[in-house]
Amino acid sequence: MIEIEKLTKRFAQHTVVDDLSFRIQPGEVLGFLGPNGAGKSTTMKMLTGFLAPTSGSARLFGFDIQKDTLKAQRQLGYLPEGAPCYGDMHVRGFLEFIAEVRGYRGAEKRSRVARAVEQVELQAVLGQSIETLSKGFKRRVGLAQAILHDPRALILDEPTDGLDPNQKHQVRQLIQNLATDKIIIISTHILEEVTAVCSRAVVIAAGKLVADGTPFELESRSRYHQAVTLVGDAPLDEVALAALPGVAGVERNEREHSLTVLAQPGQVIFPHVSALVAARGWNIKEMDVERGRLDEVFRTLTRGEAA
Amino acid sequence: MRQLPVVFKRELASYFATPLAYVFIVIFLVLSGVFTFYLGSFFERGQADLASFFNFHPWLYLFLVPALAMRLWAEERKSGTIELLMTLPITRAEAVGGKFLAAWAFAGIALLLTFPMVLTVNYLGEPDNGAILTGYLGSWLLAGSYLAIGSCLSALAKNQVIAFILTVCVCFLFVASGFPLVLDAFSGWAPQALVDAVASLSFLTRFDAISKGVIDLRDLLYFASLILAWLMATAVVLDLKKAD
Ligand SMILES: Nc1ncnc2c1ncn2[C@@H]1O[C@H](COP(=O)(O)OP(=O)(O)OP(=O)(O)O)[C@@H](O)[C@H]1O
Ligand SMILES: [Mg+2]
Repeated sequence: MIEIEKLTKRFAQHTVVDDLSFRIQPGEVLGFLGPNGAGKSTTMKMLTGFLAPTSGSARLFGFDIQKDTLKAQRQLGYLPEGAPCYGDMHVRGFLEFIAEVRGYRGAEKRSRVARAVEQVELQAVLGQSIETLSKGFKRRVGLAQAILHDPRALILDEPTDGLDPNQKHQVRQLIQNLATDKIIIISTHILEEVTAVCSRAVVIAAGKLVADGTPFELESRSRYHQAVTLVGDAPLDEVALAALPGVAGVERNEREHSLTVLAQPGQVIFPHVSALVAARGWNIKEMDVERGRLDEVFRTLTRGEAA
Repeated sequence: MRQLPVVFKRELASYFATPLAYVFIVIFLVLSGVFTFYLGSFFERGQADLASFFNFHPWLYLFLVPALAMRLWAEERKSGTIELLMTLPITRAEAVGGKFLAAWAFAGIALLLTFPMVLTVNYLGEPDNGAILTGYLGSWLLAGSYLAIGSCLSALAKNQVIAFILTVCVCFLFVASGFPLVLDAFSGWAPQALVDAVASLSFLTRFDAISKGVIDLRDLLYFASLILAWLMATAVVLDLKKAD
């Protein structure tokens, strides 16, 4: 379990992380969201013992990161922002160095490295020096380094930044496979990733916690939650749609003859809409129910307005 | 200190992964040859010893060792790998000590490669090989002191050039504090104890003694405590400045 208690970090009077408190249980994949400069990386640096907090504390599986730094760090795999690695080393040499630092020797060391290499598909570049790798491969080396010792908690700062779609998929799959008994914290700007892999999303803005819930809960804060989008082949009757029970409003979309019917919070309007479509005999090409738009919720939350 | 050898090994290997190491060794060997044979009048002195070789080391190191030390931490900070290193389960002492010892071992390797000097004097005459041995010891301790200073200043500066210049300046102060010029500046007004203290800080007097074959425990202790003090300062500076 990771317990974050009133964590605060100030840089020269400028408060970057402001009184953050939350707990994370094993099995949770926590998506850490927030606009640029919100303090995500700074929080992660404090969690991993790189930065000392101005006040507050963080405990990893009972070890205080400030007092029991080494014990806490042994439980952790960390991918820092930008995935820094020793550029002049070869991939294999670098991963063996990490394995040795983690206390593995001999056959165990080799098997740990081999396994990590396999998990992020680094076989093709093992003998290459890290500075000559492409950005995506560098990130994968950083990931391999973080998962090599099968840590109980993984802290990954933008793990899929710079990866191709195949690799993004691969990494998400990897995260899901690892997730069963671990704590995983990922920061990301890709909101679909949160829906895809995270069991919980924490949003911070200007260092303060603004939302904490499952991706589904966040989505349901959206004005588009349960909205129905229609595409017809002729103009649709907006007034009739707006008059349906539970409808909050109707928006026109860019596409021709396309409308989005918004639901009032807590209402399900799809049956009414489809009944109206059937009654009027409209020729509808597409009809979708939306779960809610995370990017819209994110914007509302992080601009300081209550969602 | 279990992980110190791991850090040490990686660091030492990284010297040889770049041309820097070879360039450094070649420059060191060429310059020490030039200093010994031309400026040090090795042959004209007609003595079978390496005094003319060792005498120049404080000056040779003044520029070469800071060049070696400047990358120790400045590079880690610049490339961000310091965040990786500091979040791995190793202590500050292991990180600082491992990196320093690797640089010191590298300086030792460069120094050992001057062995043809020893062969030459042994061929030409009957030198006091014990004195030559202590000369090497003194020279290595001197290099270690410069490196420890450089390690701390490299942790302070993100820019390697600034780290280099700062290190040259501070090392020069330590060398120059034994000069009559500096001591005279103090002796006019300062109490004798202070003058002695300044003089005793100097690398030169202690290095001279060791390189002449006189091993005084106090001199060894001086170098050892100087190195330790600067390494501890490195650890403190790292904690304060690592995130900037
Ligand atoms: N060493 C430092 N000194 C002063 N200010 C800093 C320092 N490190 C970070 N900051 C400031 O702290 C704020 C938060 O930075 P942080 O890197 O945590 O943001 P982030 O949420 O990770 O953003 P991004 O999404 O761009 O990665 C920024 O305004 C940054 O300028
Ligand atoms: Mg960041």
